[in-house]
Amino acid sequence: MSNIKEIQDEIVDEFEMFDDWMQRYEHMIELGKSLPLIEEKYKTEDNLIKGCQSKVWVHANLEGDRLIFTADSDAIITKGIIAILIRAYSNQHPKDIIEADTTFIDEIGLKEHLSPTRANGLVSMIKQLKMYAVAYQTQLN
Amino acid sequence: MKVASTKVNFDVESIRKDFPILSREVNGKPLVYFDNAATSQTPQQVIDAIVDYYSRYNANIHRGVHTLSQEATDAYEQARIKVQKHFNADKSHEIILTSGTTHAINLVASGFSSLLKENEEIIVSALEHHSNIVPWQMLCEKTGAKLKVIPMNDNGTLNMEEYEKLLSEKTKLVFVNHVSNALGTINPVEEIIRKAHNVGAAVLLDGAQAAPHIKANVQELDVDFYVVSAHKMCGPTGVGMLYGKEEWLKKLPPYQGGGEMIATVTFENTTYADLPHKFEAGTPDICGGIAFGAALDYMNAIGFENIATYEHELLEYATEKLLEIEGLRIYGTSAEKTAVISFNIGDIHPYDIGTIIDKLGIAVRTGHHCAQPVMDYYKIPGTVRASFSFYNTKEEIDKFIEAVKRAKTMLS
Repeated sequence: MSNIKEIQDEIVDEFEMFDDWMQRYEHMIELGKSLPLIEEKYKTEDNLIKGCQSKVWVHANLEGDRLIFTADSDAIITKGIIAILIRAYSNQHPKDIIEADTTFIDEIGLKEHLSPTRANGLVSMIKQLKMYAVAYQTQLN
Repeated sequence: MKVASTKVNFDVESIRKDFPILSREVNGKPLVYFDNAATSQTPQQVIDAIVDYYSRYNANIHRGVHTLSQEATDAYEQARIKVQKHFNADKSHEIILTSGTTHAINLVASGFSSLLKENEEIIVSALEHHSNIVPWQMLCEKTGAKLKVIPMNDNGTLNMEEYEKLLSEKTKLVFVNHVSNALGTINPVEEIIRKAHNVGAAVLLDGAQAAPHIKANVQELDVDFYVVSAHKMCGPTGVGMLYGKEEWLKKLPPYQGGGEMIATVTFENTTYADLPHKFEAGTPDICGGIAFGAALDYMNAIGFENIATYEHELLEYATEKLLEIEGLRIYGTSAEKTAVISFNIGDIHPYDIGTIIDKLGIAVRTGHHCAQPVMDYYKIPGTVRASFSFYNTKEEIDKFIEAVKRAKTMLS
């Protein structure tokens, strides 16, 4: 199984094939379609990520020593962004998720989404995934 | 170059040259700025007024005996008179310079907390911006007064029959926006004011969205309070106006304590300064006030009738073009509206459209526009809102339409 860094590199490679922003966004929209969807019962107020113009729900559960994320969003681009994050961080050990860096977002040309003041809440999404990892890490200890 | 198709003598190309920002690029494309309802752009004449102030006569006002202070005081007080004349207030001390619309509303709400009694009623409209809902909710919590809401109709107008039913001798205050920020609806404010006055209630109009398009005449309207922000009318951020009838401003207690607002101070007692200084504690945004005056000069030189006529042409043109896009719905279809179009396409999220067209250099607003009750009414998460100003062009609208179509293809 690939580790987080390997998956991030794979995503960066994929995005490098595209010449312009339009293709990158189209690819991101495609990736959104493969997002492991959150079960309806988990689409609760508690699982909503704050700080987004669109709604993003994320759920996490531990399988063995690995954290599995599922998510959904009512906006297609946001769905693509969370799909990219989940592809990198899901099915990984909480400790690795906590330690993972996020510079690959910059490398795939989505840097503008990284600004903490952007309304799409990418920073909040990363924070939320890491928070889950921290919470489950303490369970494993 | 004159724009041939417009009905007014309006040289939009020469006007555009006054706005340095309009020549910049965004994401490699020429900027198309259609977020004017959030904030307007600033002409060179206003930028010059700001630079001139800090370059030549920056000083604190109303106190200094030295020349700079007197020059700054004169310029600031002249700006107040420009504001007074623009809105046709009877007296210059009825103009309180605030940090903006929100500050002005809070000033009035705070003042009324000592005048309102339990079970008295405040009426707001369903079209309000959050800044015109929250202060009144806070006021009601504090005083035990009750908040009543004028419902809206499907086309984004207010239900005036319901308004009449809400009015009674218990009504003390009515707060309505002159123009809805989310939909652009121009509300029938004359009727709202007349009917409120019939039951002895005061009226505050939030003119933030109206002021860039309509020159309100506060005496003719007979409105008790009128509030605006300078940054929506070619002025700087951080400055706005509270107009209040003298009788009301005398009745309201001061909002903040500090310098400027006092006449005499001892540890036993303080007497407050006369209007307008009673409500202007501390050093104000002197430069901002002066620049607000410069912005009014600029807009008046173009003329509000010209502005309204031209913007209406832009509105009609954009509405027609947008409606050609299949699945597009416009929210707020009142016959009386400013150059604002709030829309969605099918079930595409407004955020997605906003993100894609930003990549094409187009700035619009997406989201709930701080008017969640309006979005709840339509059961939508938000809209894409394009808002036009007199410096926009039909060519820009064409680019915007192309961008929206491209976004639709990508997102469907």
